[in-house]
Amino acid sequence: MMKAVKKSLQKIDGMGLVTGKPVYTDDLAPKDCLIVKCLRSPHAFAKIKDIKIDRALKVPGIECVLTWKDLPRIPYTRAGASFPEPSSYDTYILDEYVRFIGDEVAIIAGTDEETVDKAIKMIKVDYEVYEPVIDFENAIDHPSVIHPDYENYETLIPIHPDFERNITCEFEYDLGDVDKAFEESDIVFEQRTYNQAQEHAMMETYRTYTYKDMHGRLVIVSSTQVPYHVRRTVARSLGLTADQVRVIKPRIGGGFGGKQSLATEFFPAAVTMKTGKPAKIIYTRDETTLCSTTRHRMRIDVKMGANKDGMITGIDMEVLSDQGAYGEHSKTTMGPAGYKTIPLYNKADGYRFHGYTVYTNLPVAGAFRGFGVTQGIFALESAVNRLAHELGMDPTVIREKNMLREGETSMGFNLSTVGGDQEPAQVAESCGLHEALQRGKELIGWDEKYPGKQIAPNKYMGVGVALSMQGSGIPRVDSASVTVKFQEQGFFTLLLGAADIGTGSDTILRQIAADAIGVSEDRIRVYSADTDVTPFDVGAYASSTTYVSGNAAKEAGKLAREALFREAARVLKVDEDKLDFDGDVFVYQDDSEVKITLEDLGNKLTYGSTQHQIEVTGSYVPQKAASPYMACFVEVIVDTETGEVEVPNLVGVVDCGTPINPKLARVQTEGGMIQGLGLAIMEKVEYDSRGRFINSSLMEYKIPARDDMRTNVQVEFTDTYEPTGPYGAKSIGEVVLNPVPPAVQEAIYNACGIWLLELPMTPECIIKALKEKEEKEKKEA
Amino acid sequence: MEIKLNINGIDKLIDVKPHEFLVEVLRENGYLGVKKGCETGNCGLCTILIDDQPILSCSYLAVRAVGKKIETIEGLQEEATEIGAHLVDEGVDQCGYCSPGLVMNIIGMRRELENPTPEEARHYLTNNLCRCTGYVGQYRAIKRILGVAENDESC
Repeated sequence: MMKAVKKSLQKIDGMGLVTGKPVYTDDLAPKDCLIVKCLRSPHAFAKIKDIKIDRALKVPGIECVLTWKDLPRIPYTRAGASFPEPSSYDTYILDEYVRFIGDEVAIIAGTDEETVDKAIKMIKVDYEVYEPVIDFENAIDHPSVIHPDYENYETLIPIHPDFERNITCEFEYDLGDVDKAFEESDIVFEQRTYNQAQEHAMMETYRTYTYKDMHGRLVIVSSTQVPYHVRRTVARSLGLTADQVRVIKPRIGGGFGGKQSLATEFFPAAVTMKTGKPAKIIYTRDETTLCSTTRHRMRIDVKMGANKDGMITGIDMEVLSDQGAYGEHSKTTMGPAGYKTIPLYNKADGYRFHGYTVYTNLPVAGAFRGFGVTQGIFALESAVNRLAHELGMDPTVIREKNMLREGETSMGFNLSTVGGDQEPAQVAESCGLHEALQRGKELIGWDEKYPGKQIAPNKYMGVGVALSMQGSGIPRVDSASVTVKFQEQGFFTLLLGAADIGTGSDTILRQIAADAIGVSEDRIRVYSADTDVTPFDVGAYASSTTYVSGNAAKEAGKLAREALFREAARVLKVDEDKLDFDGDVFVYQDDSEVKITLEDLGNKLTYGSTQHQIEVTGSYVPQKAASPYMACFVEVIVDTETGEVEVPNLVGVVDCGTPINPKLARVQTEGGMIQGLGLAIMEKVEYDSRGRFINSSLMEYKIPARDDMRTNVQVEFTDTYEPTGPYGAKSIGEVVLNPVPPAVQEAIYNACGIWLLELPMTPECIIKALKEKEEKEKKEA
Repeated sequence: MEIKLNINGIDKLIDVKPHEFLVEVLRENGYLGVKKGCETGNCGLCTILIDDQPILSCSYLAVRAVGKKIETIEGLQEEATEIGAHLVDEGVDQCGYCSPGLVMNIIGMRRELENPTPEEARHYLTNNLCRCTGYVGQYRAIKRILGVAENDESC
C-alpha cells in the first residue's frame, strides 16, 4: 500500500478555502450578535480617576458598558502557555491603570457598530496622567513604576519579576567556565545588536464571538492558536471554572504567534456573561497592530572568544528585552535567545547568558514565530560572521569547524529539557547542519560569489550565510493527544486538539495517522478543534505540532490498528495473530475465505450484537529537544546611491527530519524566509516619544508585497531522520525565519563594507552607514 | 434606503445606509467569501468584480454599484475552482484568508489582459497581500494558471 507520509498531498481544507467558503470566525457568527468594542486609552500611562458611562448607556441599542469596577479583580496572563504559565498574572480584563496607548478602558456592546461608536464617544474619563516609560534601555529603576499595584499579582513559576524596578523577569545560566575561556583565547570581541518590534500582520485580524448554550455555558468561537489555553484563561479572568467554558476553533486566517496570546476573547465573553446574549468583536487592523502583541525588541550584547585557528572558546550573551505594558511570554522568549542558539556552537569551553525583560508603556510584546530565537540568532550569527572577518576566514569554514554535528552533545540542550546543570548532556540524534551548509553553498554559488564584487557603477553584490535552529515543542512542558474513532462503512474520524492555523497540520496529522493505522488517508476525516470534543493539545506554537501532536497521532494510529485486529479476530472468531491486513481487508492466514472488509467490520462494530466502539487516544509529552536546523544563504545587490537592497537569491536548506508533506514544508519555508526578509530590510513598528504608534495600518507598516518579491527562493531538505520523531520528523515552522536577518547583514557587508548592527537594514540606514564609512576613510587617509 | 443591486446575475433589493461600503453590505447579505483585512485599501482581501473590473469593495460605496454588474466568488465557483486548484496544488492555500481576493483578482486580470506574462501578472496582482507564502509558491501557481511552464526562463 502507498504510504501517506512524505507524499505532497493537498491540504484537506484547501479547496474550501480558495473558493471562499464561509469557514472563519466572522463567517460563522450569528447575525444577532451584539457588536462589542473597547474604549481605549489615549495616554501611555495613566490612572482612571473617574469614568462616567451614564450618557453612553442611554444611547438606544446599547446593551451594556463595562468598566474596571464591573469586572472581577482576578489577575491573569494573556500568554497562551501550559499551566502553570511561566508569565506573571499581571493583567486584568480592565484595570484602573492604563499602561499603553490603546489599553482597554471600557467595553461597550450594542446592536450595531454605529450605535456602539456613538456610545463610545459619550463615555467621559478623567485620567491622572503619569510620565510614561518609553525607552526600554532606561526602564529599569525609572521613576515611573508601571505596575505599582502588584500586591494582587501571582507568579507561579520563578521568573524573578521585580515590579518596583519595572523588571518583568530575569534569567541566567552559566555553563563551563566562560571567564577562563576568554582569558585563554587569542581574541575576544564584543558586539551589540538590536532588533526591532515586528508586526505579525496575519491577514485575518483578531476576532471572537461568544454565546451561552442551552445549559448556560459560555461558548467561545475564536481565531486562536490555543483553544485550551483560551478556555482556562478566560474562565479564570471571569471567575468561572473550566467546565463552564467551551472553546471552538474554526479555520484561522494566520497567526504567526500573535494568536498564541489571547486578545479579543475576554470582551465579548464578559458581555455575554453580563447580558446572556451572543456577542462578537472584530479588531480593526489598527487594533490588531496596537492592542495585541509584536515581536520583542531586544538589545543583545554578545561577547565571543576564539583562537586563531577559528575555534570558538566562549560565548557570553547579555539581553535586554522590551516587554511593553504586560508580561506575557517574557522569560519564555528571552531564554531561548540563548539556549536555543548556543547548541549550534557546542565546542566552546564556557557559555554565559543573562537577561532582563523590562516593562515599558508600549504595546505588549509576545509570541512571534521564532520566539526569541530569531533575536538570539541575529545576535549570535552576526557575531560568528564578525569573528570570521576578524580572523580573515571564510564564514562557512568557521562554521564547519565549530558547528554541531549529528551524534554530538551540547551543554545548551539540557537547558530546555532537564536543566542546565544536569548530566549527561543530550545528544543530537539528528543534525543535518553539515549537509545543509555544503548544499547551500552549491545552490548559492558560494565559492564563485564570496565575498562579493562591484557589478555596476553604484551596484555591489555580496553573499552572506547564517545558521539557525529551534525546538520541536518544549520538552516536558508541551503535550498533545489525538483520538481515532472507527466508524460504520469503515471510515475513521481523527479528532485533533491541535490548531491548524494555515500550516496544514490537519493534513499532515492525517497522513501520520493513516500510516500508523495502515490504511489510506482517504478513509480518514478530520475534526479540529473543540475543547468539548477533541482531546487536549497545547495548540499551535513552539514548533510543536508535527513533532508533539504528530507523535500523538502516530500512537493513536497504532492503538487503533491494534483494536482493529482485536475486533476483526472477534468478529471472525479466529486468532488475531493469524490475521493479515492490507489496509482494506482482514484475511485469515489459514483460510483466505475467512475474511472481512473494513467496510463490513465498521458496520459490524456499529450495529447489532457485535457493536463495539473503537475510539482510542494517543498522548505524547516530548522528552528531548529534537531541534531542526538550517543553513541560509543570501545574495544581495546594494545600490550605494539609493541604499536599496535587492535580493536576487535566497537559499534555505532545512533539516526538519522527515518532511511529512514535502510540498507544505517547502511552502512554509519559503513563507518564513520572506517574513524573515521583511524583518531584515523592511518592517519596523515605530512609536513616537509619547509611545504613540506611527505606522499601525498596512499602508504605513510595510510587509513584503508581490512586486517586492523578485527573489529566486530555493528550498531543499537534508536527508535526516529524527529517531524520536513521528516517522523521523521534526519541526519546520519557526526555524526557517531566523537566519535571514544575519545572512543579509553579512551579505550587505560583503557587498559594500558596512556592518549594520540594527534591524531593519533600510535604505536610510545603509546610506547613513556608507557616509560614515566614507568619512572615516577620508579621515584615515 | 433600499437600492437594487445586481449580484451574481440576480437583482436584489437591499437596505443600505448611504455611507455603507460594498464589503459590509455583501457580507451582511451572505456573500461571505468577501473578506476584510484592513481599513485602508491595502490588503486586497475584499476584491470583487464590478462590470468585470476587480475593485476593492472596502472602498466602494454600495450605492455606487446600482445599475452595475457585481460578481463575488460565490457566483464564480467554477472559475474559482479551476484557479484555486492550482493554488492548492502548489500548497499555497495555507491559511487561505487572502485566497478568495486573489482568485477574484486573477479572474479580473483574465478578463482585462490578453495573455499576460508572469511579470505582468505579478504586477497586476501586487495589491493582494499574503503573509503565509511570501508569494513564492503563489507565483508558481500563477505561472501554471497562465499556462507558462515552471522552468520557463523568460519569466
